[in-house]
Amino acid sequence: MSINLEQFHQTFFEESFEGLDSMESGLLNLQAGTPDADTINTIFRAAHSIKGGSGTFGFSEVAKFTHVLETLLNEMRDGRRPVAPEAVNLLLESVDCLREMLTAVRGKSPVNAARVADVQARLETLLAGAPTAAPVVAGTEPVVTAAYDGWLIRFRPKPHLFQTGNDPLRIFRELAALGELGVEADLSGLPDLESLDPEQSHLGWLLKLKGNVPQAAVEELFDWVRDDSDLSIEPITAQSMPAQRQSGDRRSGDDRRAPAAAGEGTSIRVEIGKVDALINMVGELVITQNILKQLGENFDIGRLHRLQQGLADLERNTRELQESVMRIRMLPISFAFNRVPRLVHDLSAKLGKQVELKMSGEGTELDKTVLERIVDPLVHLVRNSLDHGIESPDKRRAAGKPETGTLSLSAYHKGGNIVIEIGDDGAGLNREKILGKAQERGLVKGSDHLMDEQIYELIFLPGFSTAEVVSDVSGRGVGMDVVRKNIASLGGSVEIASEPGKGSRFTVRLPLTLAIMDGQSVAVGSEFYIVPLVSIIVSTQVKAGQINVMAGQGEVFRFRDEYLPVIRLYEVFGARPRTRELKEGLLVVVEGDGRRAGLFVDELLGQQQVVIKSLETNYRRVEGVSGATILGDGSVALILDIPGLIRIAHQKQVA
Amino acid sequence: MATILAVDDSASMRQMVTFTLKGAGHDVIEASDGMVALTAAKGKKVDLVVTDVNMPNMDGISLIRELRQLPDYKFTPILMLTTESADGKKQEGKSAGATGWIVKPFNPDQLLATIKKVLG
Repeated sequence: MSINLEQFHQTFFEESFEGLDSMESGLLNLQAGTPDADTINTIFRAAHSIKGGSGTFGFSEVAKFTHVLETLLNEMRDGRRPVAPEAVNLLLESVDCLREMLTAVRGKSPVNAARVADVQARLETLLAGAPTAAPVVAGTEPVVTAAYDGWLIRFRPKPHLFQTGNDPLRIFRELAALGELGVEADLSGLPDLESLDPEQSHLGWLLKLKGNVPQAAVEELFDWVRDDSDLSIEPITAQSMPAQRQSGDRRSGDDRRAPAAAGEGTSIRVEIGKVDALINMVGELVITQNILKQLGENFDIGRLHRLQQGLADLERNTRELQESVMRIRMLPISFAFNRVPRLVHDLSAKLGKQVELKMSGEGTELDKTVLERIVDPLVHLVRNSLDHGIESPDKRRAAGKPETGTLSLSAYHKGGNIVIEIGDDGAGLNREKILGKAQERGLVKGSDHLMDEQIYELIFLPGFSTAEVVSDVSGRGVGMDVVRKNIASLGGSVEIASEPGKGSRFTVRLPLTLAIMDGQSVAVGSEFYIVPLVSIIVSTQVKAGQINVMAGQGEVFRFRDEYLPVIRLYEVFGARPRTRELKEGLLVVVEGDGRRAGLFVDELLGQQQVVIKSLETNYRRVEGVSGATILGDGSVALILDIPGLIRIAHQKQVA
Repeated sequence: MATILAVDDSASMRQMVTFTLKGAGHDVIEASDGMVALTAAKGKKVDLVVTDVNMPNMDGISLIRELRQLPDYKFTPILMLTTESADGKKQEGKSAGATGWIVKPFNPDQLLATIKKVLG
């Protein structure tokens, strides 16, 4: 039977990456306190599984590497080796190395051999310098076996043999398959019938196996019972033969196929409870459908009430079903948070800072796609807090603060959003430094009077960096502008609050899912548009005197203390509005990418949850539109891309 | 064909073992650790148990020891999946009552060949 092992690869990779994550968090825990047997065991088991799987599925480089890792962990587990910080750090590096290897192998690309060799060599050095001798790997040394005319086997199992599930008959059957077999039973040990325990073995055998059978093949058959029996295997005719050897490498039969085009779809693991809930819901839906069907078969107006009741049930069923289906895509944010402890550990060591990480709300769930795409911005914000926020122990002491800084990471649900907060008790944002840099870069004029909040906002402008020396921690050419852009592309926002000497806090708001959002319908003539509710600040009626036409800035209106550009939606989309008079319509003040504008519409309609349909997939990308949705009456409404619209408005002003 | 209880905490290994055994016409009961396996085994008769050794909650050795306490499992063949370097584990497993072992890494053919040895 030939089984293509590739079908199990995806599962193997998924569980291996999970295993690496748990190794990593286990190792970080080890560092934090005294070695705990359970933790070491968990780490060991993860390494052990990866080794077993990689060997089985033909990833020999991974298996070889993990073997060394496992040996080291085994010594720690058995208490033969102390859990020293250097060893833990090397193990952490090994986890990274393994992760890279597995990523490479999964992508069917070669592993970074130099890196692997380097880490492996250091593991081996550590092993060699073991306080107790490293266990020698049971060698698969090829034993030169001679073949003989046959074998004389004396075999007397101990009484308890059957209790190990073994059966001499099975062994004889296998022997008979190797050559001509003669069996002679030795009944001398047989008790009389009264004292015979049928669950015990009482017999012995003298077996003659004729044929050119290698000793190893015979020995192997008795492998499992050797310790439970008296056994001798002797050649019948001693006659030396040239040593012949068949490949003893068990792995040679394993198929490491040339890469076939393995479809690498992403899969998702769903908690069984969620699936059960879904099945339940479908059951209810079927019941409701049956009720409605019966009603429809012989309907009269007297049963209108029941029809309405049925429709109400249907609505509830559909809503619950929708929520359950959405929930399937939801994963706890711990998948993203898990990367942070390691990051904090490595970075704080590198920066010479002492940092305590506090996390909360790891179980908060959000959409898988959002989750995957929030990891990078999150990592960047954490790096930023460590690098620029928390001060060195000296500075902290001088400022009368505890030497160990605190970085807090929390997640919670609020409304239809998930909120992630990254806070530190560091120095806070440096107002003067930011302003100075912004002026130097020409981002603001020297004469501009800016509020603190506005100054903090400057760090989100493209190309902004306050680090005097571009550090290799946060200054990697990726600025906060990219962070904001990435978050905005998920339909989210990021805000800063900062207090000098006390610390800063970044608040990231994200939609729970990208497939559904809360929208505000607005009307322009006979057209409907959806404005994402998250981007709306306020809707307002324009009064005379609020509108100005400014040179170089087009039409603006005064909102609180600033002048915002007016975007006439009918102009953007070529619609025929009910009114062109600003005073007769409404201005919806919206914000996107940190910039505000007023959308001029005829009127506001209702708020509703809309299912987002991609225009790009079904048609093509349209500037100012992020998608479309189908309204209750079957008509189509475009969903506005607020940052895009604001960008267009600004471009127009420049032109 | 036979009913086989396959125990492994690694989903990919379990998948591979199950797929191989089912392909050979056996019924397979899967369990993700010793504790789950023991619960599954109680009140049921299986013809063969194939278990990993290193597992959370209850490891393979303890599972074998527990199974041997059950009247239905007194003589049931139990194979351990071990790694080549784990000679100590083999001995430990044997004294707990294991029938034999299959050395990892193994391929489906090796698995079936070994199982044939036990089931006939």
